[in-house]
Amino acid sequence: MSAMTSVQRLTLAKGLNQGLRKAMEDDPKVVLMGEDVGKLGGVFRITEGLQKDFGEDRVIDTPLAESGIVGTAVGLALRGYRPVVEIQFDGFIYPAFDQIVSQVAKLHARSLGHLKLPMVIRVPFGGGIGAVEHHSESNEAYFAHTAGLRVVAVSDPADAYWMIQQAIRSDDPVMFYEPKRRYHERAEVELDEAAEAPLPLHRARVTREGTDVTLLAYGPTVKTCLQAAEAAAAEGKSLEVVDLRSLSPLDLDTITTSVKKTGRAVTVHEAATFLGMGAELAALVQRECFHHLEAPVLRVGGYNIPYPPSRFEEEFLPGLDRVLDAVDESLAY
Amino acid sequence: MSEHLTEDAPPAQPIVDARHLQHHETTVQPMMEHDITDGGPDMVQFVDGDGNRLETTEANAPYAKIVEDMTSEDARSMYRDLVLVRRVDAEGFALQRQGELGLWPSLLGQEAAQVGAGRAMRPQDYAFPGYREHGVAWCRGVPPENLLGIFRGVNHGGWDSNANNFHLYTIVIGNQMLHATGYAMGVQRDGKVGTGDPDRDTAVMAFTGDGGTAQGDYNEALVFASVSNAPLVFFVQNNQWAISEPNYKQFRIPPYLRARGFGFPGVRVDGNDVLAVYAVTKAALDAARAGQGPTLIEAFTYRMGAHTTSDDPTKYRPAAELDIWKEKDPIKRMRGFMETKGHADASFFEQIDAEADELAARIRKACQEMPDPDLRTMFDHTYAEEHPVIEAEKAEFSAYLDSFEEAGR
Repeated sequence: MSAMTSVQRLTLAKGLNQGLRKAMEDDPKVVLMGEDVGKLGGVFRITEGLQKDFGEDRVIDTPLAESGIVGTAVGLALRGYRPVVEIQFDGFIYPAFDQIVSQVAKLHARSLGHLKLPMVIRVPFGGGIGAVEHHSESNEAYFAHTAGLRVVAVSDPADAYWMIQQAIRSDDPVMFYEPKRRYHERAEVELDEAAEAPLPLHRARVTREGTDVTLLAYGPTVKTCLQAAEAAAAEGKSLEVVDLRSLSPLDLDTITTSVKKTGRAVTVHEAATFLGMGAELAALVQRECFHHLEAPVLRVGGYNIPYPPSRFEEEFLPGLDRVLDAVDESLAY
Repeated sequence: MSEHLTEDAPPAQPIVDARHLQHHETTVQPMMEHDITDGGPDMVQFVDGDGNRLETTEANAPYAKIVEDMTSEDARSMYRDLVLVRRVDAEGFALQRQGELGLWPSLLGQEAAQVGAGRAMRPQDYAFPGYREHGVAWCRGVPPENLLGIFRGVNHGGWDSNANNFHLYTIVIGNQMLHATGYAMGVQRDGKVGTGDPDRDTAVMAFTGDGGTAQGDYNEALVFASVSNAPLVFFVQNNQWAISEPNYKQFRIPPYLRARGFGFPGVRVDGNDVLAVYAVTKAALDAARAGQGPTLIEAFTYRMGAHTTSDDPTKYRPAAELDIWKEKDPIKRMRGFMETKGHADASFFEQIDAEADELAARIRKACQEMPDPDLRTMFDHTYAEEHPVIEAEKAEFSAYLDSFEEAGR
């Protein structure tokens, strides 16, 4: 009975909110900071109610300056806090780029391990919500390319709840990507660790098993791939969907096990394909699975243009048809 | 010949430009001359260039008591710091010239600014330096040898910041201002402000230069510190030059006046007057610890050397300028003051010089004996927790190194 009560049906947004709440209850050093995260609860309401319950000292409405937010979070971390920073939208992270790549990523190494930077930078990312420019970007590859950072992306409410807590507990800085167009997706979440141990932060998950082609996805495109797999099944094709969950480090074992089984891989992300995560995945897969591959690794992603005005985005984003086209192309080899 | 040409065919237009170019230095000079010789009436100063104790003025009056409370022993101790810090710096410079260091950013001329500030701090306070703060490091008790690794290329700093509450050097100009601000926000959350307990109340100091004041991070730090009323002292060493760019290319309003716009006080202090710097910094730190929020101190000083050992200031600034500042030398001034007031005798000064020689020898030896890092440590500390890419690359690199050893090379 008690196990039943620990399962709740939550949106991805609420999963994050409850995960943050749990982390704050567990560790008084956890502080949230960002623009409008206090009374408003953030523009996506991820921090809703937390300032009311934990006070203004722990849920900090900051001035509107991203470098300032991340830079002061570094200082708080140096003082022993575990700051969780909210960047309001993906496209607003660039003023903080210097602090992230020059300081956040490097301080542990520069100090020869004397200093730890246990901080989380939450980034609502990706398109599909009809937003104006700078609100729909997928910039994860910049940070996955930077040594010293860990980069993860959640795709469902359960991961949202657990992975945010794991990221906060990490002694390394974690870039935490949240698929904003999936914030309102609902699923059942087991909130009791004893009832079902959550997957470690940096493990990938085979979300749907299949035998013909492996789809490698993360964040918002996991659902796209699951839909593609459903559609393909109707045509007699068996697709395996791997939710990478962690982009740095990559869970190479789970990825290569799947590709060795299917012999085919298609990477799917919203970011531009040129030097995107798919490029790294293709390189690693061809190196590790060379003798198992029946087809070249194919990439489906955003086109190599600035994120277009929203009237274009349905065609710009990798949708079901483009994923299935790539699957067909792979199977044709 | 030229006379003839000028008489016969006076060039109508170009002469204006030619004259401008020809006298470029002099057209700029009045502005610089004004800036560098005179910090203006707002500047807090207690001792003039010749070591004379100045009368009470409107600017220095609020700090007079702090100076009056100082003893001869305080003066001697500060003088010792000034001399030893200058010697640390001279040795760093020499070691670079001898090829032992790749680079050295000299603090020559800024000893009083740094010693005055560093000496005003309490053990529990925390300093966030740029990369020229060797004098602050000294006052915090950081062994000077620790500062060499980054410039020798054996590490990126690597000292334990928490051992002396002196953060790693920060090379990207301005980044550290925000770290200091966040750290001070943490101090507030720890309840270590305004309790009245002198051993508990804590303040933070953020150091940068005049060039740093143009950075976004600097200005954001002032905003964050202001709205959070953080226990923080921003300490801007205005050494007049950001590599080759003089003050007037960095700002129209000097840093101490800009503080008011951010919502807290700014003070300009004679950065070559160690007593004045100490007094002003002590007052600001006391206010910060008491919960009265941040203060910005602009130490009006001069970078007597090059920006770093890679720089050649003769290319962009007149020698006459250095001569003016030599008259304001912080050590000469303090010694003059002490001699006039009888705070020390000749044997004291000799003893300090001898101690400086010993320190220099110690630093030189430590530098020359500093081992190259074990190549296999290159991957260490990239992450605090295990990371498979790092583990794999480390193993690969190790095997690569082993292959040479096996080959007997």
